Amino acid sequence: MKPANKGAAPRRGASVAKTQFSHRFESYKNNHKEVAASSLQRLLSTPLPTLMTVMVIAIALALPVGLYVMLKNAQALSRDWDGSAQISLYLKLSTTERQGKELATRLAKRVDIGKSQYISKEQALEEFKALSGFGDVLTELEDNPLPAVIVVYPTSRDLAKAEVLQQELNEFREVDTAQLDAQWVRRLHAMLDLAERIVWALGLGLSLAVLLVIINTIRLAIESRRDEIVIVKLVGGTDGFVQRPFLYTGLWYGLGGGIIALLVIQSVLFWVDSPVAKLADLYSSAFNLRGLGFGPTLALLLGSGGLGWLGAWWAVRQHLRAIEPR
Amino acid sequence: MIEFKQVCKRYENGKDALSQVSFELGEGELTFLTGHSGAGKSTLLKLITLIERPSQGQIIIDGQNLNGIGRRGIPFFRRKIGIVFQNHQLLFDRTVYDNVALPLLIAGFSPKDAGRRVRAALDKVGLLDKENLFPISLSGGEQQRVGIARAVVNKPPILLADEPTGNLDPKLSEEIMDLFQQFCQVGVTVLIATHDLNLIHRYSHRMLTLNEGRLVHNDVPAAVPAEEEAEP
Repeated sequence: MKPANKGAAPRRGASVAKTQFSHRFESYKNNHKEVAASSLQRLLSTPLPTLMTVMVIAIALALPVGLYVMLKNAQALSRDWDGSAQISLYLKLSTTERQGKELATRLAKRVDIGKSQYISKEQALEEFKALSGFGDVLTELEDNPLPAVIVVYPTSRDLAKAEVLQQELNEFREVDTAQLDAQWVRRLHAMLDLAERIVWALGLGLSLAVLLVIINTIRLAIESRRDEIVIVKLVGGTDGFVQRPFLYTGLWYGLGGGIIALLVIQSVLFWVDSPVAKLADLYSSAFNLRGLGFGPTLALLLGSGGLGWLGAWWAVRQHLRAIEPR
Repeated sequence: MIEFKQVCKRYENGKDALSQVSFELGEGELTFLTGHSGAGKSTLLKLITLIERPSQGQIIIDGQNLNGIGRRGIPFFRRKIGIVFQNHQLLFDRTVYDNVALPLLIAGFSPKDAGRRVRAALDKVGLLDKENLFPISLSGGEQQRVGIARAVVNKPPILLADEPTGNLDPKLSEEIMDLFQQFCQVGVTVLIATHDLNLIHRYSHRMLTLNEGRLVHNDVPAAVPAEEEAEP
């Protein structure tokens, strides 16, 4: 015991300091817990005004996030359609049927092409006659004016890759023109890009609105607790101590708004799920309505809480310093 | 414990609230601060609590020069000073216990430690059985005692009181004064701002008298002019 004591002696001071620190940290943590709970309690003690503020925040958040969900679904749907892109190779009139068929077989062996289909001049003419309704007029023609066509189905569902393939095929000796039949998919993409930007702009604008609502609400809360703030400052409360309940209040407002926005979006999705499934079924599509997903849900909750905290911090910064004992 | 060296305070409107005030109060000393309204009593207390800063001169409290304390240091400095207000300044949405515990909560005491100290302070002022009541249900004298318990719960070396007996009848005033005397006996420096001359004359303690911002008297109260003594 005696030699062991020698070694233990210097450690004692360190452990005392450590206890002091951990004790301080413990009480700091306790204060946070207590303030978080009491500020929530304070909000719940006036349920109607709190609910009204939270609903304003929820609506402002649900709007852009709901649009975002719609957009993501539209993008998923358009990805399904990307796969329907096909490239039509109009062969030069000088190309013989044998050359054409050979080319079709050669193309079908490529990795980036799923299958190819050779349509001879005659087949093309027959098809055209049947579909166009000009059958009688066309029989009058001496020569068959239609070129042979090879229809190529790319393996990749990616439109950009199909475009590269189209350009490559366009350079083939036998090919007059290679045409990617995906104009409408491209237009859809352009529209979705535009819609995405609008959703982001709307989201930004409405986030700002949420921030302003919270700043104003916290400002009023600070004003109504002016006497308390003065007393706390007089008995030695630091700025951090004074502002803590307001920061938590802001956090709860934001988080509450985020949670309700999430509930609204999920309810709407649930509401439209079965009609969408029916519609998709009628189009014999395997399309499934997607929810917000884990990542964006987390982002919504963190973002709304963060907005609440930020708004409260701003309000506190503007107004709390001005309240000093006189 | 409290030392003023040539302190002047001029407000922005050009009014001199204090000029050339110098005095020194020792540890465990009970002192009255008196003077008519507007003589500078409030200003003097505000300078000690760093609500205001002096325009000139030095204030040294517990060995610390107040001019050297920045904005961030103010809360920590104030924890050394217990303040008793005329209008009690209690939080009416909290119980007596929570009101008294406030300075401990701010200073980061553990709940167990705080509980012990709060009960000791409430016991001292005789309100131990009222810890769960709200201040609104207490009498004026009891509210003032809650205010005192809050001021001393942190065991500050300095206790300031601004008209602590202002709204109380003589018997209650006496009780409050007894409390203050007990605190100074255990080494707390007590400074009581009051214009209750009856109170001052019942006790023989040191007295600082201000008149238009100047310290005109700094002694035990035997030398108070007779005509003032006759005032109610």
